[in-house]
Amino acid sequence: MLRLDCLRSVYSELENCLVVTIMGAVAAELQSLGHRPNFFYLQHAMGLASSTGLGLALCLPEQTVIVFDGDGSLLMNLGSLSTMARYRPRNLIHIVFDNESLLSVGGFPTATGTGTDLEGISRASGIPRVSTVRSVESFKAAVSDAMQGRELTTIVAKVEARGPAAYVTDLTLLENRFQFRRHIQSLKAR
Amino acid sequence: MPVSATNSKLIYDALKECDIRLVSALPETWLVHLIRSADEDPDMILVRLAKEEEGVGISAGAHFAGVKSAMLMQNHGFLASINGIVSFAHLYKIPLLMLISYRGSLGERDPWQTQGGNVTEPLLRALRIPYFSLDAVDTVRKRVRQAQTLAESSLQPVALLLTRDLMWEE
Repeated sequence: MLRLDCLRSVYSELENCLVVTIMGAVAAELQSLGHRPNFFYLQHAMGLASSTGLGLALCLPEQTVIVFDGDGSLLMNLGSLSTMARYRPRNLIHIVFDNESLLSVGGFPTATGTGTDLEGISRASGIPRVSTVRSVESFKAAVSDAMQGRELTTIVAKVEARGPAAYVTDLTLLENRFQFRRHIQSLKAR
Repeated sequence: MPVSATNSKLIYDALKECDIRLVSALPETWLVHLIRSADEDPDMILVRLAKEEEGVGISAGAHFAGVKSAMLMQNHGFLASINGIVSFAHLYKIPLLMLISYRGSLGERDPWQTQGGNVTEPLLRALRIPYFSLDAVDTVRKRVRQAQTLAESSLQPVALLLTRDLMWEE
């Protein structure tokens, strides 16, 4: 299963959500499908995408917030799972692309390649809905269920350690950040 | 408990006057009254953290949402947050109002706090984070307001050091 195919399968459903991604391949691949003002790419600060999603979800309970995380990033901030589970916002969907690798720095294996189970850690942290998916169809179904379910959900998507040819796009970091905030303020004004 | 409940309330009220609606916190002795105030306030979103760096992401999310926030942490929590501060708050120009209990400074009795006390101000300076001390009752309200104003206008982290003189009743 390729991460890009997963993203493509749910791309149209992201239109009315607030989306936060980690750096590297996830950010570049989502942009390759078409940037939208409701997408924020956290191009560093590994581990904090889920925390950012939590802050958004707690402050904007009417919005659906989707975080595209990765195994390397989540392993840097496992405590975030316990914090998310503690407040369990019903509007937060946490998707972890697990390629068992720190792909963008050369593909060094992470601990999920040697048995660390992010689904198990998520469940044991208290996340109420947790699953692991291994096909694009089941990924799409899991995301759709999570959107209907209105309960904090972590989906671990096992994907191949393959990424885009390039990571830098023509969207500057600050442009993205200001556009994202302005988009949210426009939603609130409606 | 010799942590000053009166001065903690003064700080909390000052945060409320700035329209702070979300507080992230990781408990330490000097912060107990502040955290309790946030917990008992139905209009405050209190996020209890596992590690202080999470608070950088949570405050960024709040900022995107148009909600003013503050972070309550010990200076060792500030040390634990530095990558998030640099590679999120500085990189993306995110305002952070950081209230940092200044342990390990003059009068510290706990040996384990003393190294953090040595490096707190040098690190704030190295990171070019504007910082001010809350050390006297009569300036708390003004400094909290000014720090919050500066964080919002400069879109960067601003630190307030909660000192022993204010927080501790000997």
